[in-house]
Amino acid sequence: MAGPVIQTIDLTKVYPMGEYSITALNRVSLTFERGEFAGLVGPSGSGKTTFLNIVGTLDTPTSGQAIIMGTEISALSPLEAAGLRRQHIGFIFQTFNLFPVYTVYENVEFPLLLLGLPPVERRRRVMEALEWVRLADRARSRPTQLSGGQSQRVAIARAIVKKPAIVIADEPTANLDAENSYNILDIMRELNQELSITFLFATHDEKVIRYLRRKITLFDGRVAKDEILETAATPPPVT
Amino acid sequence: MKVLLKLAIRNLIAAGLRTWLNVIVLSLTFVVIIAAQGLFRGMGDQAARASIDYEFGGGQFWHPAYDPYDPLTIQDAHGLIPAELKPLIAAGQATPILVIQGTLYPQGRFLPVLIKGIDPSQKILSIPSEFLAASAAESEGESWPAEFTTSEKATGAYERMRIPDEIPAIIGTRMAATARLSVGDTVILRWRDSRGAFDARPVRIVHIFRTIVQSVDAGQVWIPLRVLQEMAGMPGEATVVTLAPGAASPPGNIPAAAGGWVYRDLRYLLRDIDQLVAAKTAGSATVYVILLFMSLLAIFDTQVLNIFHRIREIGTLVALGLTRRQVVLLFTLEGTLHAVLAAVLAAIYGYPLLSAFASHGWKMPEAFDSFGIALGERLMPVFTGGIIIGTVILILSLTAIISFWPARRLSRMRPTDALRGKLQ
Repeated sequence: MAGPVIQTIDLTKVYPMGEYSITALNRVSLTFERGEFAGLVGPSGSGKTTFLNIVGTLDTPTSGQAIIMGTEISALSPLEAAGLRRQHIGFIFQTFNLFPVYTVYENVEFPLLLLGLPPVERRRRVMEALEWVRLADRARSRPTQLSGGQSQRVAIARAIVKKPAIVIADEPTANLDAENSYNILDIMRELNQELSITFLFATHDEKVIRYLRRKITLFDGRVAKDEILETAATPPPVT
Repeated sequence: MKVLLKLAIRNLIAAGLRTWLNVIVLSLTFVVIIAAQGLFRGMGDQAARASIDYEFGGGQFWHPAYDPYDPLTIQDAHGLIPAELKPLIAAGQATPILVIQGTLYPQGRFLPVLIKGIDPSQKILSIPSEFLAASAAESEGESWPAEFTTSEKATGAYERMRIPDEIPAIIGTRMAATARLSVGDTVILRWRDSRGAFDARPVRIVHIFRTIVQSVDAGQVWIPLRVLQEMAGMPGEATVVTLAPGAASPPGNIPAAAGGWVYRDLRYLLRDIDQLVAAKTAGSATVYVILLFMSLLAIFDTQVLNIFHRIREIGTLVALGLTRRQVVLLFTLEGTLHAVLAAVLAAIYGYPLLSAFASHGWKMPEAFDSFGIALGERLMPVFTGGIIIGTVILILSLTAIISFWPARRLSRMRPTDALRGKLQ
């Protein structure tokens, strides 16, 4: 697809709170091209997660436009929005959000089931995704048998197994130690480079910020700064 | 839908013991409901079949004054057999029965009875009336069946006959037990004829028959029709005319009007049995309604707990590409699948169990006889496709509703809240 994968124009989100209202996003206009490795940073309440939710079609803006893969999301029906997510958007959550009753293989397979891919193709893609995150040998394990870092790698495999255009990662390292954080950041950077997937983070973790090629600072729902970083840092040795 | 079904099955199986406990209880409900329904269906069928065989035949014409529930009508409930019915009687498609009141004096006691006159040669009812003919011929030295030709009755050309010194009679086992009578016993029978005069004569018990139909047994004495007509001074008269099974089918086979006599079809005659069986079925439903309620409550509880515990998972499902409606459907499917698994499990152990039940039946205690319905010594349940399919549909529907109930609130849930583990 030519053109930006994500474009927001004067994106505004207001939450009514009784007689008052809170403006979580205030006329945010941003554009993300395919293959970006960008992050939203800023203090709590600055609107990072709200922005990701709207871009991920999990929420709708109060005003303004969010155009994802050329589609303006405000006009989408729930079914169409679900179709957009299913096809083009992968999610990585702070708390991993793996399905506990499924094996690692089944967790990764899930998005492909929703896409209706045939079993042989599903198997090929799941194993490929598990190879990327170096967990092919744990395919039959249950999430409860995995460490935090492994769980987040499974979540990454689940997010990228359908080769989406966009992966939205909300505080992906918040529950991980430094070593595991760098591991998964390395993996995500490799996938970004190899598959040209746009990664969009919400974070205030310095480790993540080191890897970003674009850093957008939000403050009180507005874009305070939008910087292109020269080169992403290599991770420091873990002590 | 296929994906949702697959997911629901996976989730259900993965839930392990909780699922199987629900499934086991629900499968028990399936078996109990089918067993109980089958038992009462069997009871109804058995009672109806026996009542048709021994009492109702294929329907009856009643004298206009006849009301079996009002003993005071018996005295006037007799009249000449309508001419329209005589061809049916002549063709062996109907048999007249005369009913009068009387008193039996067994061993110095007195028992009010209904004296019923029946054609000894009739083949329509299973009452063994042939014993009346054989005994009469034996005692009188002449052939009674020859005297009681159907054509003679049909034409109404009765000749006066002598009432035998000992009237042959047959009674049922209940009556025999009540009156303490055995075959060969002689007992005084007193009656009142059409002119109001009392008369009495010994009757000899020539046969005791076993039937599950109380209304042809308890308090009944059966004697030859012509003898009763003679005794009562009611020649050519009857109280009811019972049709042979199938004689009224199609309805054009029977006369539309028969001298004011009222036609009672089987639906009318069997309505008491139907009502009684329905009442018994409803009464016995308490047990399986409680069982069903408990099973459904367990599933409801499981659903509520599932939603509460899996709220983040629900948000994730939406994030991965399900709509909220699909999530509701997924949870409803998960709940409903309990009933599907229960049906499978019930079929596995219920089929041999209920088959054995159907072939061996259920031995009834003596006290059950007092229900006033024709029950055999052994109740044979009848498991029809309707009962099984009806039960499956009932439980599936209730389970689907009970599963949907808590899941429906998910359709209003915001996925962003669900992802934060927040249940609205």
